[in-house]
Amino acid sequence: MTLGVVMLCHTALGRAEQVARHWAQAGCPVVIHVDRTVPNAAYRTFVKSLSDVPNVQFSRRYRCEWGTWGIVAASQAASTQLLNAFADVRHVYLASGACLPLRPVQELIDYLAERPRVDFIESATTSEVPWTVGGLDEERFTMRFPFSWRKQRYFFDRFVALQRTIGLKRKIPNGLVPHMGSQWWCLTRQTLSAILQDPDRATYDAYFKRVWIPDESYYQTLARLYGTQIESRSLTLSKFDFQGKPHIFYDDHLQLLRRSDCFVARKIWPHADGLYRAFLTDTAGALSRTEPNPGKIDRIFAKAVERRTRGRPGLYMHSRFPNRDWENGVTAGPYSVFQGFTQLFEDFEPWLARATDARVHGHLYAPDRAHFADQQTIINGALSDNAQLRDANPRAFLTNLVWNTRGERQCFQYGPSDNQNIVWDLIKDPNATINVISGAWAVPLFRSNRDFADLRQDAADLQKIEAKALYAYRSAKAKARVRIWTMAEFVEAPMEPLQSVIDEISTRPNRGISEVPRLVDIKGFGQFLQNLKNQGMHPYLMGDFPVDAETSADSRKPPRKPYLVQ
Amino acid sequence: MGLWQSYRLRLQRKRWRIRARRKSTQLRPVVDRTDQIRPGDLFVMTTQRNEMVRLPYFLKYYRDLGVNHFFFVDNDSDDGSLDYLAEQPDVSVWHTKGSYKRSRFGVDWLNFLCLKHAHGHWVLTVDPDEFFLYPFCDTRPLRALTDWLDASSIKSFSAMLLDMYPKGPINAQAYLPGQDPLEIANWFDPGNYTIQRNRRYGNLWIQGGPRARVFFGDRPKKAPALNKIPLVKWNRRYTYVSSTHMLLPRGLNLVYDEWGGEKASGVLLHTKFLDTFSSKAQEELLRNQHYAASVEYKAYAEVGQENPDLWCKWSEKYINWRQLEILGLMSKGNWA
Repeated sequence: MTLGVVMLCHTALGRAEQVARHWAQAGCPVVIHVDRTVPNAAYRTFVKSLSDVPNVQFSRRYRCEWGTWGIVAASQAASTQLLNAFADVRHVYLASGACLPLRPVQELIDYLAERPRVDFIESATTSEVPWTVGGLDEERFTMRFPFSWRKQRYFFDRFVALQRTIGLKRKIPNGLVPHMGSQWWCLTRQTLSAILQDPDRATYDAYFKRVWIPDESYYQTLARLYGTQIESRSLTLSKFDFQGKPHIFYDDHLQLLRRSDCFVARKIWPHADGLYRAFLTDTAGALSRTEPNPGKIDRIFAKAVERRTRGRPGLYMHSRFPNRDWENGVTAGPYSVFQGFTQLFEDFEPWLARATDARVHGHLYAPDRAHFADQQTIINGALSDNAQLRDANPRAFLTNLVWNTRGERQCFQYGPSDNQNIVWDLIKDPNATINVISGAWAVPLFRSNRDFADLRQDAADLQKIEAKALYAYRSAKAKARVRIWTMAEFVEAPMEPLQSVIDEISTRPNRGISEVPRLVDIKGFGQFLQNLKNQGMHPYLMGDFPVDAETSADSRKPPRKPYLVQ
Repeated sequence: MGLWQSYRLRLQRKRWRIRARRKSTQLRPVVDRTDQIRPGDLFVMTTQRNEMVRLPYFLKYYRDLGVNHFFFVDNDSDDGSLDYLAEQPDVSVWHTKGSYKRSRFGVDWLNFLCLKHAHGHWVLTVDPDEFFLYPFCDTRPLRALTDWLDASSIKSFSAMLLDMYPKGPINAQAYLPGQDPLEIANWFDPGNYTIQRNRRYGNLWIQGGPRARVFFGDRPKKAPALNKIPLVKWNRRYTYVSSTHMLLPRGLNLVYDEWGGEKASGVLLHTKFLDTFSSKAQEELLRNQHYAASVEYKAYAEVGQENPDLWCKWSEKYINWRQLEILGLMSKGNWA
């Protein structure tokens, strides 16, 4: 009792010859089907090259276009020939010319000998498995497909759409339950001959001839009728990418393939000399009985599909440039923006850096230059602090910064005197946390030593800009986490907001703040605001500061100092 | 895009093809070995002028990748490079005294050679100082990539130009013929590139890197473009529009994914900044044959004077393509 191999070939006939020899040398009879589209001369050379191998035969040639009946017809003819010609064949293995046996053939023969009644064919009901690429799953059994998908795509699509609209449906004969799966199977003589000699075969064939991609469903469906013991998996390792195209194996997959313990792999690149040399010359040493274990290969190819469809969040490059709002992560990781904090606290930046593990920058979008942490002029990724380079593409500056510092949380200061062209990018980024003390821009004005007329003008401008930013921060489109306090609110009770800011950024276990930043002296700020109002410029973003409120409050205790909260 | 715009681009494409034919009269074949070409051969297309010192390694690098035939347009070299090229068994070379600038920086000449010889072949269009990297280039030959692209019905493959530079003044180490330029210029800027979309042609416009950082800090819009699409399965209807930055028909420029995924892509290591640079810059400034009135070379002359040092604390030392993949400068896409 042995194993017979049906090989479907259409290109790289030289490789097919090598593999056929390999099978035959191990005592497996081989029937080869060569695609009709292969030129006759090439076919004859191929036949001649194998003429010295006794148990290799060639079957009648069919035209095998992808997704059409030809492939099934070819495998039917070749299987029939194999079963008739070699009576001692018990299992038939359907392979392609680009398949490569990874383990000594004897191991496969032994493996099958231990499971004489088992059919290895991946076979799942279509309604339950969302495998298919292109949206045709159940419909491939209920529609007609007279047009070629490859060459007549327009008509193919139109005709599918037409059948959908008018609800045209085919009847599935004899209550067959459509199943689908990998087209590479290994069936027992019993099951296979039952399929091939079925009295209703003409009906089934007529039906499947008009099914879309019948090679993935013909045997898979019919095996369910006759198979006594179906193992729904393929013995051939074959991975598909997101377009349903098989992944190809190269020399650098050698170790992976070896460790997979699979019996056969497809598809091998025809020029992968290393793989063919390694696997076709393997001596059958101590035969192992391990089960196939393609886990690692599965992961690698699953990752490739993930990379192609989802990509790395926050990466912008020459082959990944997502449309707005389709980024799958505007930036690479979470970061925090602080507006108004440095104005209100004297040592906010060093304090924040001490209290958290984050990197704390100054005003990255300041008009003169990007104020990176530690006064650096250039930062990770060779990102320059040059304001003109930054302003040429403020969004790219942000995404680059976050991408370059992956794994380390970034914090930076922002305010109405900075470049405002980044506001909407920040606000639409779920990775951003924006903390705003509104109106705090007035504090430096208040503390400055300048003519009041100039101050008044600056205050008016800044208030206008910040009001616009606040409008954005509160927009319904905001995806960032935004917290806004008016300055009056914040000064009233600064501990709670500061604690929440720290809690969010810090990766350390949650503790109370042991040290707080020093609030600047704002005695007389209420009066300053009142003066602005008296000049007709109404500052409103900072909330209500009574003219004498803080003078009375401050009269009770000396100016604010660092304090501890337990 | 409307029908009208589409039609205009079609006319433009035809115009470039006619122009390529017209400019081809400037080309004189020196050695034409195109009769050696077999179907499926991989080509490299290059214009060069006085690059003798670079050519030995350039040819070796691409031969090792598996390139079958080289097409050179020699723009009136006088350093012996033309003779050197003519002796190579897998090189066809044309000579011209025509203006580099008025052939649109060599594009017309190469468009013509592609039109005439490259129909149905994969063509890699690179300069003598550009070295093409693609995913798995250390273990898989170029043909593995082109076979995979063919199987995936992909017709063009992008590679960003990555400026390489040495640590220290660029003329500190002498580059010798046959030497790997990456032994000297092995640093690059890993993460300061900016991208915009060109709505008209559908390609991306990438700027940044050391040149933007050092030479173009005060006029970032003028910084050189780094987006390139050097590898194309050529069809006689195609044409490069501006250097290898973009092509027509514009579908060939869609080498990037717009829905969050990553397409496979490579990198062109640009080893311009060797000790040969200063003299080259001087010469190019005098010839005034480069893009936008040689604005780039003027900027070099202003800032760098003799010897710019492009290296900075955050420069990254080149290791291999996997490093560039991790940094996000290229991608394996779904090739695994």
